Amino acid sequence: MLATAIIVFREVLEASLVVGIVLAASRGVARRGVWVGSGIASGVLGAILVAACAEGIAAAVNGIGQELFNATILFTAVVMLGWHNIWMNRHGRELAATAALLGKAVLGGSRPLYALALVVGIAVLREGSEVVLFLYGIAIASGESALNMLGGGMLGLAGGAAIGALMYLGLLAIPLRRLFGVTSWLILLLAAGMASQGALFLMQANVLPSLGNEVWDTSSILSERSMLGVLLHVLIGYSAQPAGIQVVFYLATILVIGTLMRVIGRAAPRAPSRPPATASI
Amino acid sequence: MGRTAGFVGMVVLVFAPPTLADDPSFSIVLKNNQFVPRDVQIPAGVKVKLVVRNDNPTPSEFESTQFHREKIVSPGQEIIVFVGPLDPGSYEFFDDFHPETRGHLLVK
Repeated sequence: MLATAIIVFREVLEASLVVGIVLAASRGVARRGVWVGSGIASGVLGAILVAACAEGIAAAVNGIGQELFNATILFTAVVMLGWHNIWMNRHGRELAATAALLGKAVLGGSRPLYALALVVGIAVLREGSEVVLFLYGIAIASGESALNMLGGGMLGLAGGAAIGALMYLGLLAIPLRRLFGVTSWLILLLAAGMASQGALFLMQANVLPSLGNEVWDTSSILSERSMLGVLLHVLIGYSAQPAGIQVVFYLATILVIGTLMRVIGRAAPRAPSRPPATASI
Repeated sequence: MGRTAGFVGMVVLVFAPPTLADDPSFSIVLKNNQFVPRDVQIPAGVKVKLVVRNDNPTPSEFESTQFHREKIVSPGQEIIVFVGPLDPGSYEFFDDFHPETRGHLLVK
């Protein structure tokens, strides 16, 4: 039962941290619960569907269907996270100002919540499909009783969800005017981590070179499978033994989204902004 | 139909490794929640093809954090995993759904 709980916990944790960050990033937005809720629901449905089609997906495209599928949904999530950040950089300041002015945290409804909902859906789908396959495996193997399995699964689910809730509550403690800055960084790092994982799948599919199997090895200091390792893996894309291509994609994602945030963010007409740095000399 | 086939052909060409036919191939079978063989000796410095077959009645995930592979193997199916080129050494792999099931690539 404990073994089941631990495996389910690890998978659920990854998705639930993403949900926690998205909930914090969309704090105060009307109907965000509906968006995030439908993201989770479609993610669960998608997970069952993907698990049911695992054989077909694996055999597709000359045997690299699984890799291409994973890479595609990961890079979709990266684009959505990037798009959210760019949008927020352009409009977020006015929204926060308006919210402060009104004295309450009701923010504009035109925010790209669909982008975040899609990210939630993808996170739940990816981790969920593994949970489904894993539980299905236990269910048909006679080693463990169904009740034990269910108990372990629920325990893991509850534990994973609890960490996500803690993440959310922790972020809520940040004052609203600072919150978007923090979630913006979290989302940027989340995107970079996902891009590095996507690169891994393309490397596995033999589409990208590895550029070195192991750029560094910190597995003796912090294993990727330890609690803290998993946490950092999700949050900032930590890898104990990254391949070169992962590092390249990680840095490139930060560079590209960061640059677009600055360029497109600056292009927006802004109400009283800080004077340029040169003017203060 | 012809166009579809052409497109699929192109995709396959783009994604197919150029040295597909030459890559040395090694078989690993998952049976009774064990990797057979548990230690697989492969040559260093070249790309090799691992054929992982799952003879268990349940799904498995062939995974390694040391040589970066992660692929689900449905029961009764086999997957192909390209690995390397790797430096000499021992690289662990495991079944993510049964983490006690482990094996090593011995790269020499």
